[in-house]
Amino acid sequence: MTTLKNSKDKKLALLSLITFLLLSSFSAFSTPLTVELTYLKLQKPHAPALSNIIKMASDSGYQGAKLAIADSNTTGKFLQQNFALTSYEFKKPQNLLARLEENFNQGKRIFILDAPASLLKKVDLWAQNKNILLFNISEFSNNLRNKQCLNAILHTAPSQAMKSDALAQWLLYRRLNKVLLIRGEKPEDIALAKSFKRSAKRYGLKIIKEKTWSFNTDLRRNAQQEVPLFTQTSQPYDVVYVADQAKDFAEYIPFNTYLPRPVIGSAGLEAVSWHRVIEQWGAAQLQTRFTKLTTRYMNEIDFNGYLAVRTVAQAVHKTNSASTEVLIGYIKSPDFKLAAYKGRKLSFRAWNGQLRMPMALVQPHGLVSQSPQAGVLHPKTELDTLGFDQQESLCDKN
Amino acid sequence: MMKIKLLVSLLIIAQSCLASTVEMAYITNEKDDNISVIDLQKQQVVKEIPVGQRPRGIIFNHQQSLAYICASDSDRIQILDLNTEEIVGELPSGQDPETIALHPNGKIIYTSNEDDAILTVIDIASSLVIAQIDVGVEPEGLAVSPDGNIVVVTSETTNMVHWIDTKTNKIIANTLVGARPRSAQFTQDNQLLWVSSEIGGAVVVIDVASKEIIKEFTFEIRGIHRDRVQPVGIELSRDGHYAFVALGPANHVAVINRKTMAVEKYLLVGRRVWQLAFTQDQSQLLTTNGISGDVSVIDVNKMKVTKSIKVGRYPWGVAIRHIQK
Repeated sequence: MTTLKNSKDKKLALLSLITFLLLSSFSAFSTPLTVELTYLKLQKPHAPALSNIIKMASDSGYQGAKLAIADSNTTGKFLQQNFALTSYEFKKPQNLLARLEENFNQGKRIFILDAPASLLKKVDLWAQNKNILLFNISEFSNNLRNKQCLNAILHTAPSQAMKSDALAQWLLYRRLNKVLLIRGEKPEDIALAKSFKRSAKRYGLKIIKEKTWSFNTDLRRNAQQEVPLFTQTSQPYDVVYVADQAKDFAEYIPFNTYLPRPVIGSAGLEAVSWHRVIEQWGAAQLQTRFTKLTTRYMNEIDFNGYLAVRTVAQAVHKTNSASTEVLIGYIKSPDFKLAAYKGRKLSFRAWNGQLRMPMALVQPHGLVSQSPQAGVLHPKTELDTLGFDQQESLCDKN
Repeated sequence: MMKIKLLVSLLIIAQSCLASTVEMAYITNEKDDNISVIDLQKQQVVKEIPVGQRPRGIIFNHQQSLAYICASDSDRIQILDLNTEEIVGELPSGQDPETIALHPNGKIIYTSNEDDAILTVIDIASSLVIAQIDVGVEPEGLAVSPDGNIVVVTSETTNMVHWIDTKTNKIIANTLVGARPRSAQFTQDNQLLWVSSEIGGAVVVIDVASKEIIKEFTFEIRGIHRDRVQPVGIELSRDGHYAFVALGPANHVAVINRKTMAVEKYLLVGRRVWQLAFTQDQSQLLTTNGISGDVSVIDVNKMKVTKSIKVGRYPWGVAIRHIQK
């Protein structure tokens, strides 16, 4: 009798165990996965510029990330996944660092950073040996990709080298081999010029002369007189490259050069990860969604922010996990590919965490070309002809 | 007596007309806001019909008397009378309609609204929207199963196939596929669904019953980097022998043998090949080539490209009409 009762009990216990397992696995599936992202921005002091007419929107970057959250949630609702974004802005670097630490202690693990190189280095140092996903969306510095490597940070912002390589490839394609290089006096202008010189060497272009713009006249009145004199050289040139990060004087160079030649770099033809004139591969739809959200055009920083969130979302969709370890593993694996309205799948370079992507070459109102140029070859992927390839990079993430 | 004679002669005329049927291909030119009409016997453009802004998807009604055209930037579906060649009406499409599909009953039209992540269901007779279904970001490829039970829509940025019950207009399942899914095609027996992924670079075959992927095709063309192989349009031959896949900027159409389930051949066509359409007897296949602005004609029996016909700028959609003269 007791045995019978016992076996009945056992059966009951087994049944309830199975029911429990079924229920718990069911609920594990149906419980929505919530992924929280944090956007941290350090407000940059506005450098005075002569060409101060067209200003960059102050919410650049954040709006792109916000749109990507909306897009990811549209997909997420079919997968029981939800994405949320909290944004903070700071005037002082230490406040940003403090917030980062605080949010980390609260369990936040994914951060999008709109911050300069000096601060990114501090963040990277702090993040060592932490299971954390960090994205740089606005700093283009070559140093961060090649020398002072950031092990903990992924870059959705292209490097200066990617931009100057993109331009140099186009110059090669157009056989515009002789370049007049002019640059501003600021350290970032010197870095830009250095990046272009590297690209020129790489693609066999000749810099016939390098000049520094140190005039402080108001070019809005004097460009027509000053610039032709400044761009007069003993040797002829095919093209003028301008290195002027803040666009202090660059916008006054086109059409004012001594020889009537195209201008590239910080004015004229620019290499960017995104621009409002891009429309192929479904880009028209992304542009429309962005304009609806913000009533302005999507710029490069917005797009880099968009890419950072989409990287996370893509990983969550594919792995159905919110664990940072799983996500990082997938994002850095060769399986990761991101469709990003550029006609190529994007992925991260293992050696320096840089997102490889084609660069658009644009003039203010039209798309001129896209690099890598046809005919530029690479043993692995043509996208690695832009920026620092594994062999020349001093970083090794593994 | 006279009457009978007249009738007989009329019948003879009718018969001779039946014998000489003409096929016309209607090509939507995305950047010219018009349709190029190709006479397939003459193999040249015989007419251009102006339509709304950025025309893309195009289909005919069962009688082939009307065409429904997605004029994406005009935010409407236009109805073109194919005999008078005039726009005779509009359907309420929602914003930015891109692709369009007709239910086998001929009464319902489905259209994907790319900007709003919505699938719109329209009753043709009453010109009313019956339902709007929330789907993934940038819905694109549409297909209705031949038995009319299921409509599927692919969403380009969500990377899914959404399965919708045509009776309830509710999503019944979602299948994750490769990056940027574009076209979808059911097999005649309703058993399988073929789906292309542009950035994923693959075509998958999904079992309709289980909604599981049972086969994946990737493509390798000598001298073309695999990233440039971007499958878009798919056409399945009625006899069950072949599947044709347009490979976008790879400028080729892949020929898949459906018996052996292997890629058999690649045919070189124009630049950025987009959509495909068979002629009535399926002896010819037409491709729209966006960048080169032309249409390639493939002889299906010889498996050769026989002709390229210049059309407007950025040809997108293609539909072929059978006219009896």
